[in-house]
Amino acid sequence: MAAVSLTRRRWRRFRANRRGLVSLAIFLAIFVVTLCAELVSNDKPFLVIYQGHVYFPVLRSYPETTFGGDFDTETDYRDPYIVDRLSSGGNAMFRPLNPHGFDSINQALDQPVPSPPSRHNLLGTDDRGRDVLARLIYGFRLSILFGLALTTIGTLLGIVSGAVMGYFGGRTDLLCQRFIEVWGSMPELYLLIIFSSIFTPSVTLLLILLSLFGWIGLSDYVRAEFLKGRNLDYVTAARALGVGNITIMVRHLLPNGMTPVITFLPFRMSGAIVALTSLDFLGLGVPPPAPSLGELLAQGKGNIDAWWLSLSSFVVLVGTLMLLIFIGEALREAFDPRKQ
Amino acid sequence: MLIINDLSVRFTAAGQEGWAVKGLSLSVGQGETVALVGESGSGKSVTALTILRLLETVSPVENRGQVLFNGQDLLTLDEPGMRAIRGNRIAMVFQEPMTSLNPVYPVGSQLLEPLLLHQGMGPVEAQREAIRLLDRCGIQEAERRFHHFPHQLSGGQRQRVMLAMALACRPDLLIADEPTTALDVTVQAQILRLIREIQVETGMALLLITHDLVMVRKIARQVSIMRRGEIVESGPTEEIFRSPQVAYTKELLASMPNGERQGNTIGETVLSANNMVVEFKEKTSFFGRRGRVTRAVDRVSIDIRHGTTYGIVGESGSGKSTLGLALLRLITATGEIRYLGRDLSRCPAKDLRHVRRDLQIVFQDPFSSLSPRQTIGQIVSEGLWVHEPGMGREEVAARVAQGLLEVGLSPEMTSRYPHEFSGGQRQRIAIARAIVLKPKLLVLDEPTSALDMTVQAQIISLLRDLQAKHQMTYLFISHDLRVIRALADDLAVMHRGSIVEQGRAATIFAAPQHPYTKALLAAAFTSPGSLAEAVDQG
Repeated sequence: MAAVSLTRRRWRRFRANRRGLVSLAIFLAIFVVTLCAELVSNDKPFLVIYQGHVYFPVLRSYPETTFGGDFDTETDYRDPYIVDRLSSGGNAMFRPLNPHGFDSINQALDQPVPSPPSRHNLLGTDDRGRDVLARLIYGFRLSILFGLALTTIGTLLGIVSGAVMGYFGGRTDLLCQRFIEVWGSMPELYLLIIFSSIFTPSVTLLLILLSLFGWIGLSDYVRAEFLKGRNLDYVTAARALGVGNITIMVRHLLPNGMTPVITFLPFRMSGAIVALTSLDFLGLGVPPPAPSLGELLAQGKGNIDAWWLSLSSFVVLVGTLMLLIFIGEALREAFDPRKQ
Repeated sequence: MLIINDLSVRFTAAGQEGWAVKGLSLSVGQGETVALVGESGSGKSVTALTILRLLETVSPVENRGQVLFNGQDLLTLDEPGMRAIRGNRIAMVFQEPMTSLNPVYPVGSQLLEPLLLHQGMGPVEAQREAIRLLDRCGIQEAERRFHHFPHQLSGGQRQRVMLAMALACRPDLLIADEPTTALDVTVQAQILRLIREIQVETGMALLLITHDLVMVRKIARQVSIMRRGEIVESGPTEEIFRSPQVAYTKELLASMPNGERQGNTIGETVLSANNMVVEFKEKTSFFGRRGRVTRAVDRVSIDIRHGTTYGIVGESGSGKSTLGLALLRLITATGEIRYLGRDLSRCPAKDLRHVRRDLQIVFQDPFSSLSPRQTIGQIVSEGLWVHEPGMGREEVAARVAQGLLEVGLSPEMTSRYPHEFSGGQRQRIAIARAIVLKPKLLVLDEPTSALDMTVQAQIISLLRDLQAKHQMTYLFISHDLRVIRALADDLAVMHRGSIVEQGRAATIFAAPQHPYTKALLAAAFTSPGSLAEAVDQG
């Protein structure tokens, strides 16, 4: 009877699922890399040594005059004149692995856009001459961050509303349930279309609109857990001790009602990513030139013969969702109370 | 008829070690009643399931030895041969009548199954026989009940149906695995009497598996005591009860709550309740029509005196637990509750929190009363954080350690989780949580009924010691009259929500007035062997 904490036993069970563990490792690796996307894929060099001085163009913008150019505007590091100045003599310029930003247009293309994969654009360019690999890297990051934010907000709202309904029950529960029924029957997509024509579409607006509806499903599960738990003896015992309502909810009911929340987390996350992608695909999502998987998919549909567009964005999307599902499976197993 | 020779059973699944049953030998002759007694985990149910070879369908097992039934070794019999015996020659009644009937079929159609299967009766004939069986097993209006679903029957009725099913094929041997544990005492007595009568009528042998020594003494002629998979002692019931040879048997017999408390008659009122009513409204319709109102507690008045134990006794559904919760204002009730002269029933929630430290509760089920996600330290210290906000971390730890010591646990256990403890230890933890605040009144809601006999005795003596040491007042709720007699100074007998009799415990036990109290006492304290003899002669 070893005194092993619940968390540690769960982590052990999670690790026992090889597929989930490998998926988590791959996912985290890709996510960390894309978090520093500016250093991995950028049209600006991350380090310039010019006449003995060190410059970091990724972090700060320098006017062209700094490097002996003519204009006061920000340096274009792909201008042959600047490239020549920065790489001759004792000067040096260090470019990221993929020397393209998500919105930088490759002017030096010798083919009509969208151009197929080449030595300069590893995954080709899209129909505006932007590098596909760069857009995928930035698009992945935006999708994941959006998914995380939407999941966090939705989960918090869902837990709080479900907890209140389940714990207090009775009239509170009845009123909240009726409100949810009305709220849940509003046409979400329709509202999105209306709002994106009234306001300028932005990531924040999308996040707010999707959050307004995203909590409903989860709150039902949390409500059920709290309804079940509030009559258990240990809750009555806590009330007999004089413990306050909020403390009981947080310390006694929440830890025991977390199973559905944690099990649903990865699935909510992939749901959020799919939602953003589909809105982008329909043209209702983030405004251009934001990098987005959905917009790339739409381009692929518009240019059927440009296979590199649809194939690459498809692979990234499916890969991401699959990793999340595998992680989710492992999580669910780790939290399964029937497994010892 | 049934001879078990040197039977050993082992679970072979990974992570399971040791023999669940070791070298068990037993024999049951025709018309005989043999009891197999042991605490939970002693291997008595495993033995029963092995006789019918029901275990191997659930988990991989290894059997050794012989189970001879009418000269045939059941352990080597093939599956079709086994099927001809199961339910036909050997029948079994399980403990839980709530779960052993299929809820989606009427009880009658479930009863038809063995008749059609083993007896080869036609549908019409089978139905007539099934109704006769129900009638024989004491189901009134058997013809109507035949079409009822399990949820429409009470626990006792369901156990009668189970019995009717078991008896349908006139088996040679009935294995009854804790047949009455889930039932009330008065119903228990009826079921046992019924089994006994049928035994006399048909010459059926009975293997009774139980932890209830009182029942064994009433019904069995032979008894085998089991512990950790082995039989430690066996012989005629009266002999074993009179002069047990083995230390474990002695301990088991000594753990039967015995004796009467020397009634404490002084002490001033700590908590009193006047005209308490708890009502549960059944679902009201959306348009405001009133649903039916059930009175769980009906105009109850009690008076609990300082330093004494107030016993509340009653069968399941009599409202005794509800009363306990209502007295602590954990559920809404009407009526007056006075604690040390202060009116709790009109006390606002904020002030009530301060009173709560004086009024604590311990529940029946130690598995649901401890939060599975908190450590023992967190569980026991919770009340201190609420009521002693100025207390430092070290002082709290010291109080928790002291509380654990007082209930006989090691203070080093604070970082462990409840699932690592046994039922008895968990109940000790629950008591520690209650007494760490040094309460004046402790409500004990069936604190021992989920525990084994020997553990029950330990918990009762712990409660006695704590009461003597801290001058605590107990409200002890129980269905077990023996426990109540051993502990209570005052007594209230509850029946269907109201108190039918109350007063000094000694007086009530000596001369019960109300017919219901008389019936309860008769069921609980029948003299040894009385049932067997009464039926033999009748």
